[in-house]
Amino acid sequence: MEAALAIPAWRANLATIGALMARAKNELIRVPGAAIPGVLAPTIFFLGLNGVFGALTQLNGFSTGSYESFIVPVSMLQGAGFTGAAAGVNLARDIEQGWLDRLLVSPAPRWVLLMGTVLAASARALIPASFVLAIALALGAGWPGLDGLAVTFFMVAAMAAVAACWGSFLALRFKSQSAAPLMQAGMMALILTTTAYAPLALLQGWLQDIARVNPVTDVIEAARQGFVGGVTWADTWPGLLALAGLLAVLGTLALREMRRTGR
Amino acid sequence: MSALAVNARVVRALGMRSIRQTFRRPQLIAPIVVFPTILLAIQTGGAGGAVELPGFPPVQSFLQFMLAGAMMQSLMLAGNSGGIALAVDIEMGFTDRLFSAPIPRFAIVLGRLAGTAALGLFGALWFLAIGLIFGAEIESGVPGALLAIVLVTSAAMAVGGIGAAIALRTGSASVVQGLFPLVLVVLFISSAFFPQELMIEPAKTIAQYNPLSFIAEGVREPMISEIDAADTLYAVLAILGIVVLGLVLSARALRHRLRVG
Repeated sequence: MEAALAIPAWRANLATIGALMARAKNELIRVPGAAIPGVLAPTIFFLGLNGVFGALTQLNGFSTGSYESFIVPVSMLQGAGFTGAAAGVNLARDIEQGWLDRLLVSPAPRWVLLMGTVLAASARALIPASFVLAIALALGAGWPGLDGLAVTFFMVAAMAAVAACWGSFLALRFKSQSAAPLMQAGMMALILTTTAYAPLALLQGWLQDIARVNPVTDVIEAARQGFVGGVTWADTWPGLLALAGLLAVLGTLALREMRRTGR
Repeated sequence: MSALAVNARVVRALGMRSIRQTFRRPQLIAPIVVFPTILLAIQTGGAGGAVELPGFPPVQSFLQFMLAGAMMQSLMLAGNSGGIALAVDIEMGFTDRLFSAPIPRFAIVLGRLAGTAALGLFGALWFLAIGLIFGAEIESGVPGALLAIVLVTSAAMAVGGIGAAIALRTGSASVVQGLFPLVLVVLFISSAFFPQELMIEPAKTIAQYNPLSFIAEGVREPMISEIDAADTLYAVLAILGIVVLGLVLSARALRHRLRVG
């Protein structure tokens, strides 16, 4: 009888991840207001930066005459950063309220608990990204083509996973929602110290140096390519590699903290 | 002790409390200093080439131009943080205890605003120091720096009045916190970050009439040029306008709070 009821470990893990993602979805449906800051902030940044710095395209060195097209992938990735950081804040709240303790005594492996949080953030990040994209297209941003769109949305989802790993690492480390500014500021700095505002050649010296070594520069360039030109493998693979590296490093840190928690 | 001296002591005590409260909570100090500093660095490095655009005012560097924008952002967020802290006091019942104390009601709001003004002053000094450390010059010297500090401090207090009114009206920290994006919107459609003539429509037209543009220009002018009497006057008038709006809203919200409890 027991053998007949036994579920393979991989199926149990998948079910747990699915349940954690469903919990995040329920939160979104039951408290829709909670998603508003994550949607509003990148939209405001997009509209604000476009209105304020739109004239920058008059400078020699811009690959497009439309600042909307240039900045929209940055705002979509910013939305991913905010959403991922919010996943960290939610995890900190779960720790403060004792919810995580209950999960930790369940037979689910620690990596499964982390994976649920991270994948939920990836899925949620598509909401602000879609909203910002709709606004940008309405304002005249160039259509990136289906391949460009697919690359951009993949980058957004993966960037949200990176941000969720970062947020989870800090949440598990500090066990307090007070770490929220660090989660958000860290992602903001990572995404904006790139070619976010202008092409590499037009950045000031110090930012140019940082943008060259910041892996997110490759992510932004990969996400942007469809909006300012055509999609090529040469512009895509550095972004994929950067995301894989960031996920490996931050995922390991978050998992290590998750394994230490409660021991 | 005269009534005036007693009220001054109450305002001072409540002001000191709100300053200590802010410095003890990283989530309150971060928006005032950390975010504007990160944005200042990134915008200066990312959009620094803008000084070569035709029509950009003559400046020593983009950092010199952007200092006023960073101060504006800091003071707006100081006002918002002050509102959040007051709303937390209402939620925790601390304000009810103050209402039942033998002190005038206006002293309670003024105490919070004194704390907000101190945070505005801190923000002004912080960004002046950052500017000077990274090579920005204050063209009109010490008098210009003092003028900028006074304008930023008083503007923080004025904006704090509106934050306090919303906190008193709603009594909810999350509602006041929800205004954070709105603060950025209002700031983006002003000339805080870029010359109004070079902005894109409709932001350009809105910025022309946005009171924050007048304050930003009043703070910026002594840094990039000489003190301009007209710019200073417009900045003072804009601050006074916000003060009056904050006073009216706060008085009405206070009456509402006392009525509903």
